[in-house]
Amino acid sequence: MGLKLQQSHHHHHHHSVVAVKVNEQMGTKRGYTFIQSNRAWLPKFLLLWVMVMAFLSTWIYKKMDADNKVRRKEVLSSMCDERARMLQDQFSVSVNHVHALAILISTFHYYKNPSAIDQETFAEYTARTAFERPLLSGVAYAERVVHSEREEFERQHGWTIKTMQREPSPVRDEYAPVILSQETVSYIESLDMMSGEEDRENILRARATGKAVLTSPFRLLGSHHLGVVLTFPVYKPKLPTRPTLEERIEATAGYLGGAFDVESLVENLLGQLAGNQAILVHVYDITNSSDHLIMYGHQDQDGDLALLYESKLDFGDPFRKHTMICRYHQKAPTSWTALTTAFLFFVICLLVGYILYGAAIHIVKVEDDFHEMQELKVRAEAADVAKSQFLATVSHEIRTPMNGILGMLALLLDTDLSSTQRDYAQTAQVCGKALITLINEVLDRAKIEAGKLEMETVPFDLRSILDDVLSLFSEKSRNKGVELAVFVSDKVPDMVMGDPGRFRQIVTNLVGNSVKFTERGHVIVKVHLAENTKPVDDAIAKNCLNGGSDDSVPLSGARQFKTLTGYEAADERNSWDSFKHLVSNEESPYDASINMTVAGETSQSVTLVVSVEDTGIGIPLIAQDRIFMPFMQADSSTSRNYGGTGIGLSITKCLVELMGGHISFVSRPQDGSTFSFTADFGRCKKASFSDTKKPNTEDLPSSFRLLKAMVVDGKPVRAAVTLYHLKRLGILAEVASSVKGAVSACGKNGSSCGSKIQPDIILVEKDSWLSGADGGLSLRMLDWKQNGHVFKFPKMILLATNITNAELEKAKAAGFADTIIMKPMRASMVAACLQQVLGIRKKRQAGKDTQNGSLRSLFVGKKILVVDDNMVNRRVAAGALKKFGAAVECAESGKAALKLLQIPHSYDACFMDIQMPEMDGFEATHRIRMMESQANELTNGDGTDEGLARKGEWHVPILAMTADVIHATYEKCLECGMDGYVSKPFEEENLYQEVAKFFQVKPISDS
Amino acid sequence: MDIVNQLQRQFIDHSTSLHREGIVDDQFTELQKLQDENSPDFVVEVVSLFFEDSEKLLNNMARALEQAQGVDFKQVDASVHQLKGSSSSIGAMRVKNACIAFRSFCEAQNREGCLRCLQKVTHEYSLLKNKLQSLFRLEQQILAAGGSIPVAK
Repeated sequence: MGLKLQQSHHHHHHHSVVAVKVNEQMGTKRGYTFIQSNRAWLPKFLLLWVMVMAFLSTWIYKKMDADNKVRRKEVLSSMCDERARMLQDQFSVSVNHVHALAILISTFHYYKNPSAIDQETFAEYTARTAFERPLLSGVAYAERVVHSEREEFERQHGWTIKTMQREPSPVRDEYAPVILSQETVSYIESLDMMSGEEDRENILRARATGKAVLTSPFRLLGSHHLGVVLTFPVYKPKLPTRPTLEERIEATAGYLGGAFDVESLVENLLGQLAGNQAILVHVYDITNSSDHLIMYGHQDQDGDLALLYESKLDFGDPFRKHTMICRYHQKAPTSWTALTTAFLFFVICLLVGYILYGAAIHIVKVEDDFHEMQELKVRAEAADVAKSQFLATVSHEIRTPMNGILGMLALLLDTDLSSTQRDYAQTAQVCGKALITLINEVLDRAKIEAGKLEMETVPFDLRSILDDVLSLFSEKSRNKGVELAVFVSDKVPDMVMGDPGRFRQIVTNLVGNSVKFTERGHVIVKVHLAENTKPVDDAIAKNCLNGGSDDSVPLSGARQFKTLTGYEAADERNSWDSFKHLVSNEESPYDASINMTVAGETSQSVTLVVSVEDTGIGIPLIAQDRIFMPFMQADSSTSRNYGGTGIGLSITKCLVELMGGHISFVSRPQDGSTFSFTADFGRCKKASFSDTKKPNTEDLPSSFRLLKAMVVDGKPVRAAVTLYHLKRLGILAEVASSVKGAVSACGKNGSSCGSKIQPDIILVEKDSWLSGADGGLSLRMLDWKQNGHVFKFPKMILLATNITNAELEKAKAAGFADTIIMKPMRASMVAACLQQVLGIRKKRQAGKDTQNGSLRSLFVGKKILVVDDNMVNRRVAAGALKKFGAAVECAESGKAALKLLQIPHSYDACFMDIQMPEMDGFEATHRIRMMESQANELTNGDGTDEGLARKGEWHVPILAMTADVIHATYEKCLECGMDGYVSKPFEEENLYQEVAKFFQVKPISDS
Repeated sequence: MDIVNQLQRQFIDHSTSLHREGIVDDQFTELQKLQDENSPDFVVEVVSLFFEDSEKLLNNMARALEQAQGVDFKQVDASVHQLKGSSSSIGAMRVKNACIAFRSFCEAQNREGCLRCLQKVTHEYSLLKNKLQSLFRLEQQILAAGGSIPVAK
C-alpha cells in the first residue's frame, strides 16, 4: 500500500512537472522557429536576394557577351589571316614570275650574243604572259649604264637618257634607262629609273641583295591607284655562287621592274572571299614604325574601332614590312541571347524570391495565428475550468441561501396564514424548489462538460430504485389520473453494479418528462436484458406481416390498443403483442431461471434496455432532432405551458453515454413518446451482495412466499405489471381477464379440492370491476362463502389509480372491504397492504425509510475517531455521529490521531479535518497509510497471525471533513489515501453516500 | 399551562427571529435535533464550548492586532479560521460570514480592515451570545414550568 501511495505520489509529481513543462513550452514557443525569429528581416532578405540576383544576372550577361566577343575576334582573326595569306601567295606568284623574267633576260639578252631579245620580242612575250602576273600593271627592264658608257649607249639606242620628268638626264655616275618595256608601260622607255628617289633606292637595294625589293606605296602614274614598284636585279651570267656585295654590284646588268597595283589586287582578292561585306581590310607599309603608310583601304572608313586584328604580310622583301589590319564593318551587335537569358534568369529569380518571401510571410502568419489560437485555446480552457468552478461555487453558494429561503418558507407555512398568504408562500416554495433543481441540473451539466462526473460502481437493486422513482411521481400522476407502472424482466439480476444515483436520475428525468406531458393514459417503465429484445423485434415483424390482432382482448369503446391502459402508444414494440412474447419468453423457463442466471453469470456485464412509454402529447416532428440539445425544448410554447428548461434530456443523454449506452426515442404527436436507453452494468458476485447489507434496498418481507393470488384485469400488460410486483414478493399469481372468469376458475378449483390454484388473494383492477358485472361478483362471492370456503375465503383487493369517494363507497359495498391499493404499485407498498390485509406483522419495523434510519443502520456499533483541532467542531461532529449510534472518540491533532491509530486498533473509520496546525489532515492520512502498509507487509510475511490478520489488510477508512467542498480538494483527498470527504458540518445525504461506500465495500473488514 | 404556552410561543418567536435575522442557520436546527435523551444538554454544552473557545480566540486576535507594527497576520488568520470553523459547526451564520470577510483582510495583511472586521465579529458574537443565552433561559423556564421544548421545523 505504501509503495502504491508513493507511486501515486510520484505519479502526481510527474504530472505536475509535465504540466509545468507544457507551460514553459507555451511561454517560450513564441519566436521559436528561424523564420519567426527573423521576421523583421524578411523584407531585407528579399531585397538582398533581389540585389544578389541582379548582380548575378549582370554577370551572366557579361560572361555571355565576352564569349561572343571572343568568338567574334576569332572569326575576325581567321578571316584576316586567310586574306593575308592569299594576298601573300598571289604576290609571291607574281614575284616568282618576275624572277623568271629576270632569268630570261639574263639568259637571252646577255648570255646569248647577240641578244635574242629586242623591244618587240619583249613586248610580245610580256603581253602574252601578262596573265601570269595579274598584279603587275606592267614590267620593264632598265639597263645599268655607267656614265662612261652613256654616250656609247645613247648612240647605240638612238635616244638620250631622260629623267622621270622626261628631260635629258643630267650627268650622273650611273644610269638605269628603260630599254625593254611591256606595251602597257611603254611610256617609260628611255627614262632613267635612278632619277626617281624611290626607284634609285630600290635599285640599289635590289642589286645589293639580289632579291626582289619593293618601294613604299605611292600613287601609280596610270591608274592613280596605290601601288608599289617591284625591282629585281638582273646579273650577268658570270656571277659567282656566293657573291659579295661588290661582286653583285659589279655583276649587275640591269633591273627588272614592275608596278604592283595593290589596291585592285586586294579588291580582287577580297571579292573572291566570303564575308567580304562584314569586314574592313587595310594594308599598311610599316617599314617606318612611326609612320604607317597605307597601301590599301580608305582612311575615313572607321568601322568597329573597338576590335581589330593585325596579320603580318611578307612580300619577300626583308627590308619592308607590311601588315594587314582587319576590323568589322559594324559595331558588335547587341547580344540579344545574352540579354534575354540574363533577363529571364533575373525574372525567374525574382519570382522565386517572391515566392519564398510569400511563403515565409505565410508561415509567419500561420505561426502567429497558431500561437494566437493556442493562447486562445489555453484561455478558453482556463475559462472553461473557471466556468465550471464558478458554476460549482456559485451553485453551492446559491444553494445555501436557497435552503434558508425554503426553510423559512416551510416555517412560514406552519404559521397561521390566510389562504392568499398561504398560496403566495406555497408558490414561493415551489419556485424555490424548482430553482434548486435547476441549479443542481446546471451543476450536473457543468460537471459532465468538465468531464468531472465519475460513475460509481456499487451494487444496487434496480427494482427498488424504480419503485422509488415511481413513488416520487405517484402523487402527481394520481392527480392527473395517469397510470404509472413499472415492469422489470425476471432475467434482470437482482443486484447490478453501477451508479444507482445516476441511474435514478436518468429514470427520474424520463419519467418526470413523461408525467409532465401526459394528461391521460399511462406512463410505464420497462426493463429488459438487451439480448431479449431481439426475438421480440422479430415477433413484431411477424405480427406486422400478419397484420392485426387475433387476441380476444375485450374491446370496449371505439378504439382500444393493447397497451397498459388501452391508449395508443408511439412505439408498437411495447404493445401487448410483443410484450406478451417477452413475458411468456420469461415465464416458460421461470423455474429454470436460476439455472439461466447461473449460465448467464459467466459474462461480467449485463446490458439493460430501459424504456419509458407515455401516451402524452408527443414531440412535434420538427423538434425531434434537437430534443437532446441543452435548453432546447420542442418549442417555445412548451416551456410556457409546462415549464422546465429543457436541460434534463441533454443531461440524461450524457449520463446514458457515460454508462456506456445510448438513448433513442420514438414519438408521434398526440400519441405519445417512448424513450429507450441501454446501459451497461456489472454483474454482482453472489457472495459480495449476500453478505452486504444493501443500503439501497428495502428488504422485502419474505412472509408472502407461496401465497397464491389471482389478478383480475382485462388489460394483459397491466396484469403483467401486477404479476411482476406480486412475483417479487414471492406470490404465485394467475390472471383472469374478467371477474366472471376469475370466479369461475376459483369456484371450479374450489370444488375440485384445490388441485390447482386456490387463491388467497384476489386483486381486481378497478376498470374490470366497473366494466364487469359487479352485482354478479358479490353474488358469486356470497355463493362462494356459502359453499363452505369461508375459512379460505380469499381477500379481495381493489387496484386503482384514482378513486372517487362514491366509487369507494361502492367498492366497500361490493365486498372490497379489505383494502384498496392505489397505483402506482410498488412491491413494498403492496407488501404493506398485504400485511395489513393478512395480518402478518412485519418483523423488522425500524425507522428504515428515512435517511436518518439508514445512517443509523450504517453507524450502529461502529467505533469512529474524529480528528479536529477545533473543539466545537469536534463536539458537534461527535454528537452527530453518536446520534447515529456510533461510538465516537476524539483526537485534537493529527499527531494524537496517529497515536490512536497505531496498529492494532479497533476503529472502524476516521473523520479527519484537513486544516489543522502542525500536521494537517493530508499529512496525517499519509502517515497512517504508511503505517498500515508496513503492518500489512509484516502480516503477509508472517502468514496468518490470528491476532493481527483480520482477513485482508489494514485500511481504516478515512474521510476528510472540509468546510469548502471544492473539487481540487477532493482529488487531493484521494491522492493522500483518503476514502472520500464529507462536508462540515455534516449533511446527512452526503454523509450517507460517503460512508455507505466503504462500509459496504468492506463490510466485514473491521467489525 | 398558559404560562407554558406563552413561553413556548416566545421560544418559537425567538428561535424564528434567530433564523430570520440570519444569526443562526439550519445547522443550528440540526444541532438541536442531535439533542436527545442520551445527551439532554447537548446544545448548551456545545454552545458554551463555543463561547469559551470564541472568547479566547477573540482575545487572541485583539491582542495580535494591538501591535501597530509587525502584526502576525498568520496567527490572526489561524484564529479566524478556527472561529469560522466552530461558528459554522454550531450554525452561527453571521459570525461565520463576518469571519469570511475577516480572512480576506488577513490575506491582504490589512490591519485597518482586520480591526474593523474584528469589531464586526465581536459585535456579531455578542449579539449571538445574547440571543442564545436568552433562548436557553426561555428553554429552562419552559422546562421549569413543566412544558416541553417545541421543535421548530
